[in-house]
Amino acid sequence: MKLSDLSELAVRNLRESLLRNSLTTIGISVGVASLVAMLSLGIGLQQLASRRLMKSGLFDTVVVTSRRDLRNFNREEERNGPAPGESRILDEPTRQEIERLPHVLEANPDIRFITELRFEDKPHLTTIAALPSSAKSNDAFESMQGLFFSSDTAPEAILQKTFAEELLGKTPKPGLDETDVKQLAAPLVGKELTVRYAQREATKSSSGDQSLASAAYSVVSREQKLKIIGVADLDPESMRGPTRARVFLPLKLAESLHVMQPTDLREISRSASDQPVYSSVNVRVKNPSYIQAVEDAVKKMGFNTFSILDASKSIQQFFKVLDVFLGIFGSLALAVAFIGIVNTLVMAILERRREIGIMKAIGASDSDVKKLFFAEAGAMGILGGVVGVALGWAIGQVINLGTNVYLKSQSFPPEHFWSVPWWLVAFALLFSFLVSLAAGLYPASRAARLDPVQALRYE
Amino acid sequence: MTSNPDKSQRNGAPAIHAKQLCRHYRMGETLIRAVDGVTVTVSAGEFVALLGSSGSGKSSVLNLIAGLDRPTSGSVIVQERDLAQLSREELARYRLHTVGMVFQSFNLIPSMTLAENVELPMRFAEVDRGKRESLAREALARVGLQARMNHRPSELSGGEQQRAALARALINRPQLLLADEPTGDLDSHTGTEIMDMVREFNQQLGMTVVMVTHERALAERYAQRLIFLADGKLVGDEENSPVVVSASADRGRA
Repeated sequence: MKLSDLSELAVRNLRESLLRNSLTTIGISVGVASLVAMLSLGIGLQQLASRRLMKSGLFDTVVVTSRRDLRNFNREEERNGPAPGESRILDEPTRQEIERLPHVLEANPDIRFITELRFEDKPHLTTIAALPSSAKSNDAFESMQGLFFSSDTAPEAILQKTFAEELLGKTPKPGLDETDVKQLAAPLVGKELTVRYAQREATKSSSGDQSLASAAYSVVSREQKLKIIGVADLDPESMRGPTRARVFLPLKLAESLHVMQPTDLREISRSASDQPVYSSVNVRVKNPSYIQAVEDAVKKMGFNTFSILDASKSIQQFFKVLDVFLGIFGSLALAVAFIGIVNTLVMAILERRREIGIMKAIGASDSDVKKLFFAEAGAMGILGGVVGVALGWAIGQVINLGTNVYLKSQSFPPEHFWSVPWWLVAFALLFSFLVSLAAGLYPASRAARLDPVQALRYE
Repeated sequence: MTSNPDKSQRNGAPAIHAKQLCRHYRMGETLIRAVDGVTVTVSAGEFVALLGSSGSGKSSVLNLIAGLDRPTSGSVIVQERDLAQLSREELARYRLHTVGMVFQSFNLIPSMTLAENVELPMRFAEVDRGKRESLAREALARVGLQARMNHRPSELSGGEQQRAALARALINRPQLLLADEPTGDLDSHTGTEIMDMVREFNQQLGMTVVMVTHERALAERYAQRLIFLADGKLVGDEENSPVVVSASADRGRA
């Protein structure tokens, strides 16, 4: 029989016992819907997590340090490559060289120093770090009070919550709820902060020795006034441990201060010019998948690198396992639907025994009868699949909405953790079609084997 | 539909040849010999009636000739093909193209209109849609049902349903028409109407007709040959002159 005739007859037969076939089809749609719902939840959560991790800057960042620091992360690496004394200095030309590597978005010097700050004539000691303008998208600043730096050179500062508490003389009592950032920010934003620091100032040497002339500089105590423009709730440098900073400056401003760095002393004999030398450079990569390539390229230049690539790998593995589990639970409903199809078609055979007998008597072959029942199962599968995908998508939207209402009530920003990608839609439709065909397998062959003489005798 | 008998029919060559045909089946402990060693030959273009009381095995013989059932032993050769040797698929093709069947209870598919019922064998034969519709209309017109083609069987009288079944049996132009008590569920007037049509097909289209009936009077009126069965065995085979004698003249011409 031709495919067009087959589908026409199948649809006609499905319409004949409309109620039963609709119920079966609804069964399939519920199965598909639960599968789609479960998998899109898994995918959505995974996307949410990787979006979060991307924003945190942990997974697209390679930290580059000079081998001359003698604080390698990996002893294996230490034995390979040039000896620390012979390896390169991490200075401005090197930073530019790294920035030109393929897949590198930007390479920013890591400028940080411990110094004294004055606020309302009271001294406070803390670590200050420079932030590039791209850090704005870091999710640590998402729930920040106030604003991000107006420009890369503006004399502005963002405080971390604990430092803001220190400035206001508030110490959170253990066991109590943490203080609200809003309350901390209100009295601080707009106020002035004075930074005292040691500036490195190149000195014009009168001696004729050229090689040493440029290496000479003096250290001068300086002051810089800063405007507090924001208070960050979260800790943007939580991964840095004890060296993490609590006050942040725009990167270009920090560079222009020429703060005396510990590396300056060590490299005084090597640094041929006024070019700054960095203790480390943070390299941002276009996509976490390029991390390894960039790390390798930087290592080839003779530097040490560090990234959290391995951690991200295990997280991806976790989500794969989660997806499998959610998929299994989703498939359970589809398994029930599978049994429903088998039942419906077996019933249909009993009911249509005589009809099958007639068809065989007037010339239908076994395969015609088989195909007809197959087509009916397939039609229920396609219809159930379409309705199921729509239903699953709707369930997702409702859960998304409900969760966001909850998040809002808990004053968290809304999240989109529900994702139905096109491949999932296609997969669900195909899966429901194939499952239905598989369910039709037994009834169809049973109908095909029916003895026409007995079937015609059947009333 | 035009008459298109082939050479074997003109020569009166055997259309059906059953040899030591047996069909036994088991019902619990007892072996039932529904057909028990029947040997019979039917010539092409013949109109044969199979007579016998119920349980005589006449319907079983018909089902074996129709390829709906397979013999336990012996053979049925229809147009030089041994049905016992055909595969299930080949047997289905044989039923589709060589045999047309009508039944006592009409056996139209209740969910389809008359036109769709008549078209159904052509769907199995993969005839194009457009051609199918015009052929179905033509066949229904031939049995006088053109006005009813979009009705369902339940909306029609028994006679009309059997006429539609006849149209369906002829739609793939088979050489063999097998009728199982075609008038059993009809009143005598309607029965006559149907039988006249069957005779018309026999005479005008040159179809070989095998009809199962238990009404001897009906058989004597239409059939050229009466075959009697009892307990699965052949117990009589006699020539018969049908009441309306136009048949022999027609056969002589063909």
